[in-house]
Amino acid sequence: MIISLFITCYNDTLFPETGKAVVAVLERLGHTVEFRRAQTCCGQMHYNTGYQKEALPLMRHFVDVFRGAEIICVPSASCVAMIRDHYPKMAAQAGDRLLSQQVSDLVPRIYEFSELLVDKLGVTDVGAFFPHTVTLHTSCHSLRSLHVGDKPAQLLRHVRGLTLNDLPASDECCGFGGTFAVKNPDVSGAMLSDKVSCIISTNSEVCTAGDNSCLMQIGGALSRQKTGVRTMHLAEILASTDSEAKP
Amino acid sequence: MSERVGEAATAPAFPDAAKRLMTNQQLRRNVRHATEVIRGKRSKVVGEMPDWEMLRESGHQIKEHTLRHLDFYLEQFEQACMRAGGQVHWARDADDANQIITGIIQSHNESEVIKVKTMTSDETRLNSALEAAGITPYETDLADLIVQLGEDKPSHIVVPALHRNKMEIREIFLKKMKLDALGDRPEDLTNAARDYLREKFLRVKVGVSGANFAIAETGAVCVVESEGNGRMCLSLPQVLISLVGIEKVIPTFNDLEVFLQLLPRSATGERMNPYNSIWTGVTPGDGPQEFHVVLLDNGRIHVLADTESRETLDCIRCGACLNACPVYRQTGGHAYGSVYGGPIGAILTPQLQNMEHSQSLPYASSLCGACYEVCPVKINIPEILVHLRGKVVERGGAPFSEKLAMKTAAFGLAGPARLSGMQKLARIGQRPFEHDGELRNLPGMLSNWTSFRDMPAIPKESFREWWAKREQDEMK
Amino acid sequence: MSTAKQEILERIRGALRDVESSRADEYAAIPRAYVQSTSDALDQRLGLLTDRLHDYDATVYRCAPTDIQRTIGEALIAREKERILVPVGLPGEWLPPSFDFVVDRGLTYEEINVMEGVVTGSAFAIAFTGTIVLRHSAEEGRRALTLIPDYHLCVVQARDVVQTVPEAIRKMALFGASPVTTVAGPSATADIEMTRIKGVHGPRTLDVILVVD
Repeated sequence: MIISLFITCYNDTLFPETGKAVVAVLERLGHTVEFRRAQTCCGQMHYNTGYQKEALPLMRHFVDVFRGAEIICVPSASCVAMIRDHYPKMAAQAGDRLLSQQVSDLVPRIYEFSELLVDKLGVTDVGAFFPHTVTLHTSCHSLRSLHVGDKPAQLLRHVRGLTLNDLPASDECCGFGGTFAVKNPDVSGAMLSDKVSCIISTNSEVCTAGDNSCLMQIGGALSRQKTGVRTMHLAEILASTDSEAKP
Repeated sequence: MSERVGEAATAPAFPDAAKRLMTNQQLRRNVRHATEVIRGKRSKVVGEMPDWEMLRESGHQIKEHTLRHLDFYLEQFEQACMRAGGQVHWARDADDANQIITGIIQSHNESEVIKVKTMTSDETRLNSALEAAGITPYETDLADLIVQLGEDKPSHIVVPALHRNKMEIREIFLKKMKLDALGDRPEDLTNAARDYLREKFLRVKVGVSGANFAIAETGAVCVVESEGNGRMCLSLPQVLISLVGIEKVIPTFNDLEVFLQLLPRSATGERMNPYNSIWTGVTPGDGPQEFHVVLLDNGRIHVLADTESRETLDCIRCGACLNACPVYRQTGGHAYGSVYGGPIGAILTPQLQNMEHSQSLPYASSLCGACYEVCPVKINIPEILVHLRGKVVERGGAPFSEKLAMKTAAFGLAGPARLSGMQKLARIGQRPFEHDGELRNLPGMLSNWTSFRDMPAIPKESFREWWAKREQDEMK
Repeated sequence: MSTAKQEILERIRGALRDVESSRADEYAAIPRAYVQSTSDALDQRLGLLTDRLHDYDATVYRCAPTDIQRTIGEALIAREKERILVPVGLPGEWLPPSFDFVVDRGLTYEEINVMEGVVTGSAFAIAFTGTIVLRHSAEEGRRALTLIPDYHLCVVQARDVVQTVPEAIRKMALFGASPVTTVAGPSATADIEMTRIKGVHGPRTLDVILVVD
C-alpha cells in the first residue's frame, strides 16, 4: 500500500526521529511511504488558541496537499483529532461547499499511527525488539477524541523483550494542552508533577506515548529532575530491532 | 442594563489567582481528596446504569429543545404557576432581581430571611443588597453557613466549603454562634449547626430559595437537596421567594424522570439524594401561603443568542465537571473568581458578562475533555472553550506578544518553503540559548516553559530535510 | 414602555431567530431509549427496597394489613418513643393503645418540635433508589409534620412499590398540584472533610412498615 505521511509541523522540526521510525516500521511491513513536500501544519495550535481565522488557510492548504492520497498516517493523536473533530465544522462555517466535500472525502483516510497499524493494516506484531521496561501514557486526544482504546498497549505487548508496566492514573492529563503550558505554567507544572510521580512509581526506564507534545512536557520534567527516565514516541519503540535496541 | 456574576468582573486573572492559591497546601489536599471521593462514588452509581448514555442523550435533547423554545415555555410556566396561586416576576439583571426580592420582603415588614442554597443569588449578590436594606439573610446550607460565618467565598458548586477543615469550622462556629464549648468531630459540628438553625427555621417568616427545575406544563418547582434545610425553608415560612434562572425551565413533569436520575448520580454519587421537594403555587393549609418566583435573565440571553455555545445553558449544576477536571483539582474554585468555577464556570462566567470580563477563564483549561465525558447533559465544554477563545481574540483580548507570535507562525506555516526557512532561522536563533543539546533561559513567554522543564535543542536536520536527502541518495 | 417581561421575551425571540422547527413536533421527537420500567416481581421489588432502606440504617418491618397496629406499637417501643404526632387522616385503627398520640389539628411549629416522632402513611415507594414518596395527603400530613420531629415511622403499602424512577414520576404526575416530598434516607451532609454525617435537619431516624397483602 502507498501510505502518505503527515509528519506534523512540530515532529518535522523537533522530533524528526519519530518520522524516521514511522517510515522504518511501515517499510518493514512492506508498504511504500510517500511524503508530500508541500505539507506544513494542520492548524491546531492557532485554532485551539482562538485564532480560528488564521487556522483556516492552514486547513485549506492541508486539504489541498493531501487530495487524492489513499491513506494518510499521522503520528500525533491531537492532530488527527483536529482534523476529524474540527475540519468539517470549519469548512461548513466558511460556507465553502466544495471544501466541505473535500473534507468529508479526506477525513476517513486519516489514521493515527496505532489506528493505522491495528485497524487498517490489521497488525499488532510489527517485529520489534526492545528489551526494556516501559510505561505508557495515554494522551487525552487518543483517549477521548480518537478512542484508540488499548491499541497502543497491544502493539507494545508484542514487542519482544519489552516489559509493559501499567501507569497509575494514565487517563489524567499531563498538563501540556498546547499554549496552556505557557499561558498557565503554574497549573501546567502542578499537573505535570502528578504525572511524573506516577511515572516514577512504575520503575520504568522509558515513558512512551503516541504524542510527542505530551512527551515533550513529560520529558522536560523527567530530565530537569534528573530522574533517569527517558521518553520515546511509540513509533520509535516499534521501529527498534535487534541492532537498534538502545533507548 | 448590567449583568453581574458575583465579583467576577474584578477578579484577578486565572493564572495569577491559581498561582497564589496553589501555595495553600490544605486547600489543595482538601480539593484533591473531595474530588477523588465524589468521583469514586459517581463512577460506582453510574456504572450500574446500563442506560446511562441514553439518559444523557435524552437529558441533552430535552434541555436543547427547551432553550430553542424558551419564550414559549417561560410563558407557559408563568400561567401555570399563577393558576396555582403563585406570583411571577421577571428580572432583566442582578439589580432587578435584588430589588424585586427586597421589595417583597419589605412589603411584609420583615427584617430576616432564611435562605436555602441558591448560587443564582450569589450571582446577583442578593445578600449584600438585603443587608443594605436592613434585612438579615441566614444561609442554611451547612457549607454556605460555614462560608457565611467565616466571611469567605464558596469554592465548589456542590461542596462549597471543601477548602475548610474541621478545626477551622469549629473555630468559626465557636466564635460566630457564641458557643461555650464545642467538640471537633464532624457530628459535633453538624449538631451545632442543627441547633443554631432550628431556632431560625421555626421562627423566620420569609424564605428565599433557588430552583433546580421549573416545570412549564404544571407550574411546579423542584428543589433537590441533602440536608433538610431546603424542606425547612420551602415549607415552614409564610412567604417563599424562589429566584430561578430562565434556563431552569423544563417542558413537562415527566421530564423529571430523566433529570432526577442524572443529577443525584452526577452530583453526589447517590442513586437518589435524601430529599426532593416539588410544589406548585400555594397549597392551603400546608406551607407558604404566598409564593413568588423571580425569573432571571442576567446575561443568559447572551448565551442563548450564540448558537455555538447555547448549550452552556443545558447545565444542571451537578458539579461533575469540577470533580473530573485536572486543572480544578490543582487550584480549587476560588481561582476562577466566580460563583461558577471549574469547566462550567470557565464557559458560563464570561458569557453571562457578554465576554466583557473573565477573559482568562476560557484559557484555564488544557482541553483534556474529562469534563465532557462526565457531563450528564453532554455539554461539549472543550469545544465551547475553543469557541470562546476565538471570541476573546476577536475582541482584542489577546496579549500583543501572543498575537504577534501567532501571526508570525501562521506566516511561517503557510507553505513548505516558508516552513523550511523558519526552521533554519530557528536553528540559528537558538544558538545563544543552547547548552549541551538543551535550550536554557528562553525569552518572553517561552521562559514559562524552561523555568521548570528542559527543552531539547532543535535538531540539526528536520524530517523533511532527511527525506529530501534520502530521496537524493536513492536516485543515485 | 415595555415591562421587564416583554423585554425579556422579545430579546429571547431575537436570540432564537435560527429556530424554525415546530415545538410540539420537536418535543415528540426527543429520543427516550432509557429504561422506563422493568418486569421485576413484587417480591424482588420489596427485597430491593428493604436492602436500600437498611443502607440508611432504617429498621424495616413487614406485616399483614391486620397487623399494622401491633407493628406500629413494636416499632415505637423499640425506639423508646411515647409522644407521637399523627396526621389528621391517619386511620384511627392503626394506633395502638398506651402511647400519647397527638393529632395535628393546626399545631404550631413549636408544638410539633416537642413531639418525639411522627407516624404517617405514604403515597408509594421506589425500590431501585430506596425512596419513599409523600404527597402530603390527610393520611400523610402537611409537610411540617414529617420534617420537624426527629423520628419518622412511615407505613408503605407493598402493592404501591414501583421499581424505577420513570414509573415513579408517572405516578407523581397524577397527583395534580399537591406538594410532593421524596425521602431517600435521613438527611446527610458531606461538607465537613467529606465525612458523610447523617441527620442535619429533618428526622434523623426513619423506620418503615411494609404492609404486604
